[in-house]
Amino acid sequence: MKELNIFLAAFRALQRNKLRSFLTMLGIIIGVGAVITMLAIGQGAEYSVKEQIASLGTNVLIIFPGSQLQGGLRVGAGSMTTLTQEDAQAIQTECPAVAYVSPDTRANGQVIAGNLNWATGIEGVGTDYLQIRQWDIQSGNFFTDQDVKAAAKVCVLGTTVADNLFPDSNPVGQTIRITNVPVKITGVLVQKGQNAMGQDQDDIILAPYTTVLDRLSRFPYLREIIVSATSSNDIDLAQKQITDLLRMRHKINSFNDDDFTIRNQSDLASAATSTSQILTILLASIASVSLLVGGIGIMNIMLVSVTERTREIGIRMSVGARGKDILTQFLIEALVLSLLGGVTGIIFGVAGSSIISSFAGWPTFITAFSIVLSFGFSILVGLFFGFYPARKASMLNPIDALRYE
Amino acid sequence: MSTNILSLPSGIMPDAAEAAGNENLSPGYAPVTHNLIKIDNLEKTYAMGDVEVHALRGVSLNVICKEFVAIMGASGSGKSTFMNILGCLDKPTNGTYILDNINVGSFSRDELALIRNRKIGFVFQGFNLLSRTTALENVELPLFYNSTSTKLRKEKSIEALKKVGLGERIYHYPNQLSGGQQQRVAIARALVNDPSIVLADEPTGNLDSKTSIEVMEIFQKLNDQGITIILVTHEPDIALFAKRHIVFRDGKIKSDKINEVPNKASEELKTISSIEDEAEV
Repeated sequence: MKELNIFLAAFRALQRNKLRSFLTMLGIIIGVGAVITMLAIGQGAEYSVKEQIASLGTNVLIIFPGSQLQGGLRVGAGSMTTLTQEDAQAIQTECPAVAYVSPDTRANGQVIAGNLNWATGIEGVGTDYLQIRQWDIQSGNFFTDQDVKAAAKVCVLGTTVADNLFPDSNPVGQTIRITNVPVKITGVLVQKGQNAMGQDQDDIILAPYTTVLDRLSRFPYLREIIVSATSSNDIDLAQKQITDLLRMRHKINSFNDDDFTIRNQSDLASAATSTSQILTILLASIASVSLLVGGIGIMNIMLVSVTERTREIGIRMSVGARGKDILTQFLIEALVLSLLGGVTGIIFGVAGSSIISSFAGWPTFITAFSIVLSFGFSILVGLFFGFYPARKASMLNPIDALRYE
Repeated sequence: MSTNILSLPSGIMPDAAEAAGNENLSPGYAPVTHNLIKIDNLEKTYAMGDVEVHALRGVSLNVICKEFVAIMGASGSGKSTFMNILGCLDKPTNGTYILDNINVGSFSRDELALIRNRKIGFVFQGFNLLSRTTALENVELPLFYNSTSTKLRKEKSIEALKKVGLGERIYHYPNQLSGGQQQRVAIARALVNDPSIVLADEPTGNLDSKTSIEVMEIFQKLNDQGITIILVTHEPDIALFAKRHIVFRDGKIKSDKINEVPNKASEELKTISSIEDEAEV
């Protein structure tokens, strides 16, 4: 009850100087609004970076034959022939942390369709490949397990290949010749654009790995096995399960090195994520400077207010207000200023970030954390900068305060 | 002991009961045993730079319940300093001050604030009301600092305003009231906490003579109801309404006399209004 009265009294005192109170609050409003907006932009950026990395496949593991750490003689990774189709099968069935597995082999060749031709890479993959790479078919169908088993002469085209070989017609159902082998087109992939290295990911033909191994490649061994873990958190677990399985299958004893190498992209992902986190922190700390300036505004106005109301303080003291009461009164006035400013700032911040995301097209993300953080910070600012003026008021000598003109 | 009384609001009660019990005794200077104020050899020294100013040089004084004391003296005689100490706004350098059986000489700032709240009502020359705050809220102010409930606060404040004849104007702001009315709001504020003593520092200094007499009428009425009043004034005709005259000079009490036949403010007002009536005719 008494607390409510104190709040009401503070509210009324601020009401007497509406414009001044509003201008003081404006500092906090802008500060809180800026912090929320900047955090929203930063977290939006962080989110879209994570999205992009996820599209690269953060939970993807690539198993190469051969080791970079082979004792004595060093052989370039990939030049060995130790990975087999059975390895891929075993990984699929025996590693619970693995979601999808696709063997991978490559061939290069001149592709001919009618009177047009195009030199491109032919990737021999399994049917899980699209899931692992988070890719999709835009027209037609992907080849089936049946096609893989039968080493059928089928393929799907990347958009770059499709545009070059079939500029005017639908490639699905047509036949192309890859190094003189006629291959039927079952579908066209969705455009994926450039990868992180600037390579055109759409300049590709996907065919069953069995077809590539048996009919197209001059090096009929698996180059790698691509695997996706069940989630990006399970990458380390999946890597361990695969390592244990392959060591067992390849009969490698504990004294010898692996005859394969597993790579993942989580390092890249964590680097990119931490970069965008730094961006968020940077933006928020710049914005919090304005919150600090708002706090100084509160202190300034409260100091003026204490001087202006010295006589009032004297009167209150003469009728029995203790220093503590005066301190509370002015502190609560500062607190009410920062509280109201904080609430208004939250509204402005939320509105501001949705305006930015709709006009500039940036993704923005407002989290409960950013609201709690900026609101809590504004209250702290009010308390911190309100304390000195309030203390000054409470230390006044009642006689001097009463005589103050 | 004294701090115990302070911390418990009920500690005030025995004094109030005692005051009520004394009501049928003859007021003022009659031989009453209860000494409301006991001051012994009070000294106050200010340090003005390197020079020490002796504002009070050993003042001793007893005031009993229901007295109406006028303190007079030229400016610089120490009467204002004395009032500040009496009102627990200031601390003496030396000497003892016992108010209502509590030795307040050694009290801390907060304890003095509590004494001001519970035992003392102030009336100032410049009214000292909070502007942009209604008469009612001004009167409620002392109750705000002792956790009185909202309902009781309003009841007591309206009652106090009625006592000074402002029951109709409780929602007026000070700038909507005349000087005399403002001073009456201030008196209501002084009364609202049922203080042991009302201290008035030149309460008529800013008022014209008729309004001054009106204010003095209120003080006399309150005194008749048993409230002890100490008044500082430099106007001899105002002092004539009090029952005891104390004159200060050079930080000491020069004279302390009883005014056997105080003027009756109510009668003077009648005279004034009859003169005014004649002038109108």
